[in-house]
Amino acid sequence: MLSNPRVRAGALTLPLIAFLGVTFIAPLGAMLWRSVHEPLVADALPQTLALLEAWDGLAAPPEALYRTAAGEFQQLQASRALGGVATRVNRVQGGSRSIIMRTARELRGTAPASWREAMIAAHPAWGEAAIWGAIRRAGERYTIRHYLNALDLKQDIQGRIVAQPQEQRIYLKLLGNTLAASAAITLICLALGYPLAYLIANAKPPWPNLLLLAVLLPFWSSLLVRSMSWIVMLQKEGVVNDLLVALGLVAEDGRLIMVYNMIGTMVTMTQLLLPFLILPLCAVMHGIPPLHLRAAASLGANPRQAFLHVYWPQTLPGVAAGSLLVFILAIGYYIAPALVGGRTGQFISNLIAYHMQYSLNWGLAAALNFVLLVCVLVILVAYNRLVGIERLRFD
Amino acid sequence: MLETADAHVEFRGVTKIYDRRTTAVQGLDLDVRRGELLTLLGPSGSGKTSCLMMLAGFEMPTSGEILIAGQSVRNLPPRKRGIGVVFQDYALFPHMSVSRNLAFPLRVRGLQAAQRAERVQRALRIVRLEGFENRLPNELSGGQRQRVAIARALVFEPSLVLMDEPLGALDRRLREEMQFEIRRIQQSLGVTVLYVTHDQQEAMAISDRVAVFNRGKIEQIAEPETLYEEPERAFVAKFIGDNNLLRGRILSAEGDICQVETSGGGGGTVSAFQVDSKQSSGTTVLAIRPERVALAPAPGTYRNEFDADVEEVAFLGDHLRLRLTVCGSSDFCVKIPNIVGHGTLLEGDHVRVGWGVTDCRALPDEGLLD
Repeated sequence: MLSNPRVRAGALTLPLIAFLGVTFIAPLGAMLWRSVHEPLVADALPQTLALLEAWDGLAAPPEALYRTAAGEFQQLQASRALGGVATRVNRVQGGSRSIIMRTARELRGTAPASWREAMIAAHPAWGEAAIWGAIRRAGERYTIRHYLNALDLKQDIQGRIVAQPQEQRIYLKLLGNTLAASAAITLICLALGYPLAYLIANAKPPWPNLLLLAVLLPFWSSLLVRSMSWIVMLQKEGVVNDLLVALGLVAEDGRLIMVYNMIGTMVTMTQLLLPFLILPLCAVMHGIPPLHLRAAASLGANPRQAFLHVYWPQTLPGVAAGSLLVFILAIGYYIAPALVGGRTGQFISNLIAYHMQYSLNWGLAAALNFVLLVCVLVILVAYNRLVGIERLRFD
Repeated sequence: MLETADAHVEFRGVTKIYDRRTTAVQGLDLDVRRGELLTLLGPSGSGKTSCLMMLAGFEMPTSGEILIAGQSVRNLPPRKRGIGVVFQDYALFPHMSVSRNLAFPLRVRGLQAAQRAERVQRALRIVRLEGFENRLPNELSGGQRQRVAIARALVFEPSLVLMDEPLGALDRRLREEMQFEIRRIQQSLGVTVLYVTHDQQEAMAISDRVAVFNRGKIEQIAEPETLYEEPERAFVAKFIGDNNLLRGRILSAEGDICQVETSGGGGGTVSAFQVDSKQSSGTTVLAIRPERVALAPAPGTYRNEFDADVEEVAFLGDHLRLRLTVCGSSDFCVKIPNIVGHGTLLEGDHVRVGWGVTDCRALPDEGLLD
């Protein structure tokens, strides 16, 4: 088999495939798995959950359930594992954590005759169905809860899928904001980058190299530095405001707020992503003979017609490649919104990071990630329909 | 000089200097007659393409004036000149089908779809490419692309068409075929064509007249036969066809005939037709066509008869090519048609050669042989 040169040549790509598998596909799979697989509660409260399974949810919970639950709570508390369980129940229904923790504290070391009364005495919520329903849901080993959550939905006590209360709907709006801002950034990049790319592709030496250097120069400094420098530029006492005030365009007390909001995010990201649009566009424009515009002129076309019918259509593969690159990079962008976005200029990635680092709700973070991934795939498919992915040229 | 009414295009003292340094065209005067196919022929860098680009409007003359139909075009942008241009690399628009390429000049002129379709069909018929309407340029062969480029330059019915080395990218067989094709189209439509090439055979094959360019100037402008038979400049004699060029000193001149002593020693005195009859002394360049030299002529046939040594014999199919030492030149070439076969002459043989006075032109010495 290895004597076949094509097989041997193909074997050279094996390290790359292995690398992709280890660094990309495996983590992606793990992430997806984590977004639907949540075994912690199920492993911690096996007997309680078995009893809850038998309970119809309408009648009063039986004494056996109280006894089993209290027993397992005490065990977990002893091994300091109860906090994690309570947190997960809390994610299903707010307030559950304090109920569980307080009850476990009060029951510590006791052995009452009626566990039911003791637990209700510790917290009256145990007399109602809600907390038991929450435990049962949190105990599901496989769950779509995180996806519902990511889409501003939830399951009510009867298991029906309903919208979150108005004040808790944040993810869809943020996703919408992210997509809209990314689209706007892409368009701004295109408007700024197209003429520059044309200049680079058509100027006389040494200008192309100098301009290209200017485009690439920012890459030589850290992403952080570039983002932070925009704070210097845009802040209230910053360069831009000073200039506007000095020119009398803006009153001293009317300095513009351009940073720590969406404007700051968009300005910064436009600058950071511009090279990703210019480079592929430049490559494509380089391949278009300047003779074509002369030919168009000799055939009677005015400059507008020559551009519209002859030049622009030939740059479309570059436009498509560049704007796709910028858009996909933008919707996953994290660092610029985190630094200069303030409260209103956040992207969905910042919330994912929040759930990874602070709320430690990795399941939800993974689900949000997957929603983002689906968005990208949908856009790719749409692009393919519109432009044809095989026509993209990055060379 | 021609009368102005006859001239379609006139260059009047046109000079083009690039970057204030490189002179591409120098004080050029040229008339292109209506309906003729005039070829600008010359080595690369001789200024012929610059002339074309200035006429098309892509370059501005540094000084001088270009007139089309008697009107100066100095302030006319390319798109308003109404000149069809066939570019060296065709410059077909790769994202448009053949018919959309052809319809482009009609579309920008605001023609209706029905009219466009009709004109496109007619143009395709002229270049014999019916049935290729929906192909993209990269689905065509080189020759077909060439035809599309020509059709596109003709489809809006210009009276003047410029062709810049249009056959440069084609192989020899196709090139010859297309030469006839271009000639046929030009004559059937009666358009004026200004044609640029560095290939002298191509120029001879298709042109009404040929202007030989050298260093931004026209050396000679004439019909192909005249250019070949009666070159007036050493450059033309060297550039058009093969020629033996011998440098010599004029001993005496009488009418059109002069006596020239060839340099290089060992040579005799050659009788030659003098192009510039005012010159009666000084150096000159003799031009003798290889096919006009006779081998072993009957004594007394020619005024010029010399002994020669055969240095080299090459068999080239339809003719034999001999390299001789004669009149002090060891690089004297003779062509004999392959009528009796070869083998009668061998390297090292001695042979007597001869040529007529009118086949030996004494041209002004411009230092070309240095």
